[in-house]
Amino acid sequence: MSVQLWTYLMVGITFTLYIGIAILSRAGSTKEFYVAGGGVSPLANGMATAADWMSAASFISMAGLISFIGFDGSVYLMGWTGGYVLLALLLAPYLRKFGKFTVPDFIGERYYSKTARIVAVLCALLVSFTYVAGQMRGVGVVFSRFLEVDINTGVIIGMIIVLFYAVLGGMKGITYTQVAQYCVLIFAFMVPAIFISIQMTGSPIPQLGMGAKGADGVYLLEKLNGLSTELGFAEYTKGTKSTLDVFAITAALMVGTAGLPHVIVRFFTVKRVRDARKSAGLALLFIAILYTTAPAVAVFARINLINTVSNQPYANMPAWFSNWEKTDLLTFEDKNGDGLIQYVAPPEINELTVDRDIMVLANPEIANLPAWVIALVAAGSLAAALSTAAGLLLVISASVSHDLIKNVFNPNISEKQELIAARLSAVGAVVVAGYFGINPPGFVAAVVALAFGLAAASIFPAIIMGIFNKKMNKEGAITGMVVGISLMLFYMLKFKFGVFDGGKAAVAGLKTQWWFGISPEGFGSMAMLINFVVSFIVNRFTAPVPEVVQEIVENIRIPSGAGKASH
Amino acid sequence: MQDKSQNARNYWKENLRCLVLLLSIWFLVSYGAGILFRSVLDQIQIAGFPLGFWFAQQGSIYFFVLLIFIYVNWMNRLDKKYGFDEE
Repeated sequence: MSVQLWTYLMVGITFTLYIGIAILSRAGSTKEFYVAGGGVSPLANGMATAADWMSAASFISMAGLISFIGFDGSVYLMGWTGGYVLLALLLAPYLRKFGKFTVPDFIGERYYSKTARIVAVLCALLVSFTYVAGQMRGVGVVFSRFLEVDINTGVIIGMIIVLFYAVLGGMKGITYTQVAQYCVLIFAFMVPAIFISIQMTGSPIPQLGMGAKGADGVYLLEKLNGLSTELGFAEYTKGTKSTLDVFAITAALMVGTAGLPHVIVRFFTVKRVRDARKSAGLALLFIAILYTTAPAVAVFARINLINTVSNQPYANMPAWFSNWEKTDLLTFEDKNGDGLIQYVAPPEINELTVDRDIMVLANPEIANLPAWVIALVAAGSLAAALSTAAGLLLVISASVSHDLIKNVFNPNISEKQELIAARLSAVGAVVVAGYFGINPPGFVAAVVALAFGLAAASIFPAIIMGIFNKKMNKEGAITGMVVGISLMLFYMLKFKFGVFDGGKAAVAGLKTQWWFGISPEGFGSMAMLINFVVSFIVNRFTAPVPEVVQEIVENIRIPSGAGKASH
Repeated sequence: MQDKSQNARNYWKENLRCLVLLLSIWFLVSYGAGILFRSVLDQIQIAGFPLGFWFAQQGSIYFFVLLIFIYVNWMNRLDKKYGFDEE
């Protein structure tokens, strides 16, 4: 069977599975729509959280990115896993005890203020929308490469699928489809990794293969360092970023992860506080399987790529090379006219440009794996993109129907009307996300990374102070959120998009002006610190927290009697 | 009533102690071994891995998983000790 036929088959089977699950788990009440009725088992929630969390970026882009930047890629590995420790230890159990539906629910009640709730809603929407646009784009790319349909058609197919199960099933439908999607995506990621690890090192465990010797008796990492230096790149295990910047980016990604509304809300779906703790551990375990394999895949792919192309005649390139050339994600320009591919660091003599995003997708082809494995990777990347998109859409719809309509504009709305409003907002959110997928504002990819900075600068500090500081009042928290997120937005616009200095072209030149040498990706950690400081200062000079609210805080610190999530 | 709130306060104190200890380890294995002391640790090589690089791309993640499960067990014991456990 051809790759394409296999792909149709795998994608067809998995999509049928998702839709089947959605039909079986329709939501009948707002509680089911927002938090799956609050009775999800820790194991199911762990898997669902893992799928929710691992997006197209984790599945498709991360290993490829690490492959090209070596040690510097560690910021993503540590940043996107270490955040779960914060989530499990500092947030999940207490928010579950609090027992409401959304993050703004907590912030609104803990800070006894509608303004706080609205600020939190705006932060949640800003974070979620920037994130979801990237997912729809990922769906489009996979469709266009493997099913050879137009990218836009791909986005629309993805939209219809997500629409179907998110609108019908709400959180309940999403949870169980995410469990299935986790199984698909982890299988799809591991199979080629194990194959390639055996091929290159004889070890069936990629995590060990990465540190093993190749067929020539040289350690893979040593060989890769040698190859990289030879071609003029930085040593793979050393990296180029400054220690301070690596520190700041890792911190921003960790804290941002713990502040992402679509991840936090997953912990509202379990029954008891102890289940929330346990499912955070299981979620990280499931995530770690992919995250410890990705750096191994990066090493294998890098060595394979260099060995296949470096100083080889262009005419001898295998089929995958020309397949990807068609998509323009891989380009060769014979600058010195010798018919050989010079793949080196200096841009003036380098002849090969490889888009980092294609490494995971092309890896099985580069390693000559069978057609069904290539198809499996396509199905896996779709599972990763769709599961994350669905989780985000739910946060967006709950923000609109529950936080804005029910709690701010129209408190008298009936349960039935709220459910309709939730479904309609989900439809609206899918349409907006699809629009951004088809017409990506040139900066989507960049903004996805910055969504973490925004979450770190706004939502995370407000929740932490809400739990660990009984005396933090609404004035402090609101000012902190507003200052934090505005500062992060300003830094992003100035140093990532050059808005104040004449546009994108100016960005490279502004690098020397970075505050303390910290990149926009890492600035979230600075903005978070400033949020904390501002909150504490304002708190000192404004009215103390009412006694009732302090009692709420004392109550969420005790795990027993969590009850079901409710209004 | 007095006893009850004293009990809750003691529980919270022990909870905080657990958090401080576990988060210190969390900091050490990632920001410490993987970033700040990386070049020192890179002098040591285990199998094909420079140690600092291993912590940054593998080791820290294993520790993170371990830390959460230690936390889960620790807190479950604490819940029982103070009578806050359910079923």
